[in-house]
Amino acid sequence: MPVLSEELRNRIRAEFPKYPDKRAVTLPALHIVHDALRMVSPAAIVEIAELLELHPSEVSDTMTFYGFFHDKTPLGKRRVWVCRSISCMLRGGEELLAGLCNRLGVKPGQTTADGSVTLEYAECLGACEGAPCMLVNDECHMNLTEDSAAELIRK
Amino acid sequence: MPEFHPVLLARIDKPDSTSLAGYQADGGYAALKKALAMSADDVQKMVKDSGLRGRGGAGFSAGAKWSFLPKNHLGPIYLAVNADESEPGTFNNRILMEEDPHQLLEGIAITCHAIRSHTAYIYLRYEYGRSYRVLDAAIRECYASGILGKNILGTGFNLDVYLHRGAGAYICGEETGLIESLEGKRAWPRIKPPYPAIEGLFRRPTIVNNVETLCCVTHIIQRGVEWFKSIGVPPDPNNKRDVGSYGPKLYCISGHVNKPCCVELPLGVTARELIDTHGGGVWKGRKAKAVVPGGISMGFLSASELDTPLDFEGPGRAGCLGLGTAAVVVIDDHTSMVDVLYNCCRFMAHESCGQCTPCREGTDWSTRILDRIRHGKGRLEDIDLLLEVANSMGIIPGTTICGLADGAAWPVKNALTKFRGEFEEYIRAGRRSVKPADELMAAH
Repeated sequence: MPVLSEELRNRIRAEFPKYPDKRAVTLPALHIVHDALRMVSPAAIVEIAELLELHPSEVSDTMTFYGFFHDKTPLGKRRVWVCRSISCMLRGGEELLAGLCNRLGVKPGQTTADGSVTLEYAECLGACEGAPCMLVNDECHMNLTEDSAAELIRK
Repeated sequence: MPEFHPVLLARIDKPDSTSLAGYQADGGYAALKKALAMSADDVQKMVKDSGLRGRGGAGFSAGAKWSFLPKNHLGPIYLAVNADESEPGTFNNRILMEEDPHQLLEGIAITCHAIRSHTAYIYLRYEYGRSYRVLDAAIRECYASGILGKNILGTGFNLDVYLHRGAGAYICGEETGLIESLEGKRAWPRIKPPYPAIEGLFRRPTIVNNVETLCCVTHIIQRGVEWFKSIGVPPDPNNKRDVGSYGPKLYCISGHVNKPCCVELPLGVTARELIDTHGGGVWKGRKAKAVVPGGISMGFLSASELDTPLDFEGPGRAGCLGLGTAAVVVIDDHTSMVDVLYNCCRFMAHESCGQCTPCREGTDWSTRILDRIRHGKGRLEDIDLLLEVANSMGIIPGTTICGLADGAAWPVKNALTKFRGEFEEYIRAGRRSVKPADELMAAH
């Protein structure tokens, strides 16, 4: 039983015409799989490699360079990134991170027991005018307090 | 100097700033029509004559970069748009992409004509989800209206523009790291030469330009070289290497100010004017202790250096690495420089790609030494140890492939020379300033 559905395979194949080389579809393919399955398992890596005509280790080599992709346990339904870089740090970003860890009962990088939220720290999210800020999946939220952030995560 | 009117941010507050109809109602894509009626060489010459310098951090002449492409190349030639904005404190490209995507697309199309490219990839950092959705919609509108695709605007010029999302790595902002990442590999910067203009993406001649640089191209074609050169700072006659700092620039202001914002001003505004006039002053009635002039990798200005003009030459005269991304981060006088420097070093250790030993080890050990100091276990000799590490890493001492290491070393050098007394006092007093978040992240 393959890990990647025919629909996911077709979405990956649809990226091929944009590039002169299938290897360039590595990141797009990893994003497609990661979004859909909330992780990229070793079996998924083998199937992506087959589609891109690469050795699985080439896909793995690229994927593990980016801290972005989870390969062992699936992400929670919502992935929350709290910025810890300078502009946020100066305006309470680290207190926000610690407060959310406390409320959700997780450490950075962990997923809540009910599988609803994965909480992580991030380096500069590029929303420094609204520090402290966080991403929920890829939506940015700015000028947060611990309460407003917790509310946004719950929604 | 004549009164300055923003052009890059002129449209961002309009309700329909992102739509093609709104952009065209404001005269959008007239510059592209004008450029397509000119020869590629004439467009290149205009940009070179304008003195436009790259806005991404290095400040290299955009026209000169384009001129390095091989002549009469059969192609393909690629444009890679550097939208991997991730220098801490920097968010101007995000605003340009989220609020006025067609201004960027017009600059991309003009540039592709100038460099004889028919394919552009926008390498966009993953975290910019809204930029992705806005740009994706704007690109679709352009294809539907004949502004992108085959035979654009009926001129016979073909151009495809593709969005490519990154995966959270600062090093992809380095142009050859970006190229490697686009090719589907780990983003390890390449040894140069050859530079990308000779052999870049997919081993073809490639130009990598920053988002703001490309937006400037649109206005240079529309308004002319003289307009661009009427803004900013002419070359210093006593500095033969200074080619001037012309044009408008987006400055980001964040940290301890009342009104963090992004503002467009002529190059050469001082840090003090940015903080007091545009950032609403330092928050809580406090004073600035230190100011990052252009992203953390440029180092720090001290309180006595706030009248430094933030053009391409000013920060260097004050001992900083350069203007960088012109992202100003204000640090108030209640904040410990030990904590600030630790934050900078931890970022660089996290983002070093690991390829060059001096950078991989230097960023990590700097962070560890500062962590030890923040745990109250610092030794006075740690200060010189940190300086020794910093002085050993980077392109400037000649030990690394890319400039990340110089950007990692600079805040260390500036902090420990300009604020040495504060570090000594912190260590002597055995102070401790680790926070609960530090312990949580260390446990991870």
